[in-house]
Amino acid sequence: MFSEKGVERLLSVIAFSAISALALIALFIFIEGIPFLLKYGIKDFLLSSDWRPESGKFGIYPMISASFWVMLGAMLVGAPFGIAGAIFLAEFTPKTVMHIIKPAIELLAAVPSVIYGFIGVVVLAPIIREVFGGPGLSLLAGAIILGIMILPTVISISIDSILAVPASFREGSLALGATIWQTVHMLTIKAAKSGIIASIILGMGRAIGETMAVIMVTGNAVMIPNSALDSVRTLTANIALEMSYATGMHREALFATGVVLFIVIIFLNAIASVVIRKKVITK
Amino acid sequence: MRVSPKYTQIGAVTILGAATAFTVAILIFIIIFVLEKGLPVLSFNFLFTNPSDMGRSGGILPILIGTVLLPVLAIIVAAPLGICTSVYLVEFTLESRVTRLIRFGTDCLAGVPSIIFGLFGFIFFVTILGMGWSIMSGGLSLALMILPTIIRTSEEAIRAVPKAYREVSFSLGASRWQTVRKVVLPNALPGVVTGVVLGIGRSIEETAVVIFTAGSSLLIPTSLFDSTRTMAVHFYILAREGLSMENAYGTAASLIIAVLIVNLTAYWMMHRFIAKRN
Amino acid sequence: MSLEKNIKIDTRHLNLYFFEEKILKDINLEITSNQILGIIGPAGSGKTTFLRSLNRMNELEPGSRIEGQILLDGIDIYNSELDVISLRKRVGIVFALPVALPMSIYENVVYGVRLSGIKDKARLDEIVEKSLSAAFLWDELKDRLNLSGLRLSGGQQQRLCLARVLAMEPDVILLDEPCSGLDPISTSWIEDALIELKKNYTIVLVTNNTMQAARVADKTAFFLMGELLEVGLTKQIFTAPVKQETNDYITGRFG
Repeated sequence: MFSEKGVERLLSVIAFSAISALALIALFIFIEGIPFLLKYGIKDFLLSSDWRPESGKFGIYPMISASFWVMLGAMLVGAPFGIAGAIFLAEFTPKTVMHIIKPAIELLAAVPSVIYGFIGVVVLAPIIREVFGGPGLSLLAGAIILGIMILPTVISISIDSILAVPASFREGSLALGATIWQTVHMLTIKAAKSGIIASIILGMGRAIGETMAVIMVTGNAVMIPNSALDSVRTLTANIALEMSYATGMHREALFATGVVLFIVIIFLNAIASVVIRKKVITK
Repeated sequence: MRVSPKYTQIGAVTILGAATAFTVAILIFIIIFVLEKGLPVLSFNFLFTNPSDMGRSGGILPILIGTVLLPVLAIIVAAPLGICTSVYLVEFTLESRVTRLIRFGTDCLAGVPSIIFGLFGFIFFVTILGMGWSIMSGGLSLALMILPTIIRTSEEAIRAVPKAYREVSFSLGASRWQTVRKVVLPNALPGVVTGVVLGIGRSIEETAVVIFTAGSSLLIPTSLFDSTRTMAVHFYILAREGLSMENAYGTAASLIIAVLIVNLTAYWMMHRFIAKRN
Repeated sequence: MSLEKNIKIDTRHLNLYFFEEKILKDINLEITSNQILGIIGPAGSGKTTFLRSLNRMNELEPGSRIEGQILLDGIDIYNSELDVISLRKRVGIVFALPVALPMSIYENVVYGVRLSGIKDKARLDEIVEKSLSAAFLWDELKDRLNLSGLRLSGGQQQRLCLARVLAMEPDVILLDEPCSGLDPISTSWIEDALIELKKNYTIVLVTNNTMQAARVADKTAFFLMGELLEVGLTKQIFTAPVKQETNDYITGRFG
């Protein structure tokens, strides 16, 4: 048998090492990336479009803009369908059916991203090439594939927050003669708003962070996109494509790209936690 | 013109229903597409023979082994660390600024792109510690990647155990650790298991981290410091290099089936656990 | 040390704080062995806090702090060799809301005893039968001991909680409004059990139901705003209270 004090000490040591290992990663990325940022100049790094590592030029503006547009596109595809699906499943579908479909959709979140990427290459890109022209592997393909990939996240969290709206709200409204749809769009969605927003923010995080699917479908050309049909390279793709052979300044530049991604994720999480905390307070 | 609420409702339901049907159809299409092309390739032979000619022909035996070893190593490292950490945070510390900071930090790390863990693992384990591309480097990098998720999900599961249970246990003369062992953990188990299974699932499907830390050797590993290849990586390489579409589909189908098995097992375990409880 | 032999618990100048707020003010109360002490008073009078301080349950809330002494058989339970775990084994508590632990009825009853290291199956069986009988639950449940405790009705769960405390054979049983959520029949089961139990135990019963105190308590204490206003034989408190406030509360002219 363990002694009470012994157990507590053991647990504290484990907790401390787990947390410091995680802190170490963050620290490591920043230590590798920040000196480069200071040396090269934050402004030049973020706002220059010149990415030629072999000649010491490290401007990641094209990747920032690619990541931004791909994420925005993914939101435009994923959010409406995801929220519509969540409302339909939570409000207009029999409970038994929903309890089958919801786990099935959650299961799809586990489908490997390389498979989504592959579908993008063999099914979606040819369609885009046929219908709109261009290379097919493009910003548009990336946005659509990522939009599909975030659907399970958006649907699952939104359903949870819609179901968390007290039944008494709904019954009160229905008892006053409102139709289910009136109740939903005047009441339920407002009450579940923060959960739905949080689901979208988490989806954004997923879209920004996705790497393999994006590498496969966006074409990876370093350029500022002029249209949705252009080939683009995102921040994550940039790290993945060049990491294995990068050395010196080049490697530091990739770590600095990691720092940028890190900060975006911290920012998104901060917003999400504020949104969720607000919900707790207004409850 | 004012449309009657009845018709608005019919309109809204139609649009929502169509959007839902479309969503579900696309998601089902992806699964069917892969299984339809991949299942005919799948056979006992395919799973249990060595690949030849860079994977153009032959089976996926070493890849199967890599796909089991890496997630297993990751979970062996991350699950005890993550669960102990969450127990410590919830049961042995008071809620304070420090615990809130830790929670925010783990939240952020859970959302950080996996490629960053790949970058870290590549530089730290592969290069600085000199482990090279190996099962060890890959497993440890994956462990760090899933650790925040395991901490957060078990923390939530532990927090959800009613305070009254703890109070009763203390009032009957239980120590804190006895209370955790006999009342808190058994009740938090479904949630804790879910977190661990999510971690296994993420390790199986992860590609970027594995390529950069475990490499992509096609040989059967003989030690933890050998390079290996998982199904996700194998599929990616076959599809990207256009080596063999047939074997790529076969690998994709195995991958999807593996992920489905892991998730359904977790689902079934949780249901059995809940059913047994009541 | 209490000079009188039959004083089980003696609180002396007890002050209790949560952070800066003073919840209990200078409580001096002697609790006699083998009697039922009823504690009555309006909501927020500190009676539950007082009860929980008798087996140090209040320590589980952050910010609680205590001054003064609580003597159990003459030994200070806050500042002595006595550790909190053995204290809680000697001073059991039944909470206001019945909480069966999510395990079988059998395991619920032996939870505390198992922690003390008793493993012998025959001994455990014996304890289960004895405790459930004393809580008037044995006849109802003897064939269903493996049923989850959560499946019982509220009244049954509360008697299970009582049995769970009895299984540890404590000296003192604390009850915090044990009947507040129960129907009249379950309530009378509990009251009958308590009257039976005081032969072997010292019982402190916090209740919102003044009539309950009148029915079962030997002595009754009246708490108001964190102070012990009055304590005496139940009969005397209910027929000739000294304080006007006590009279007002008992006759229902209060809050």
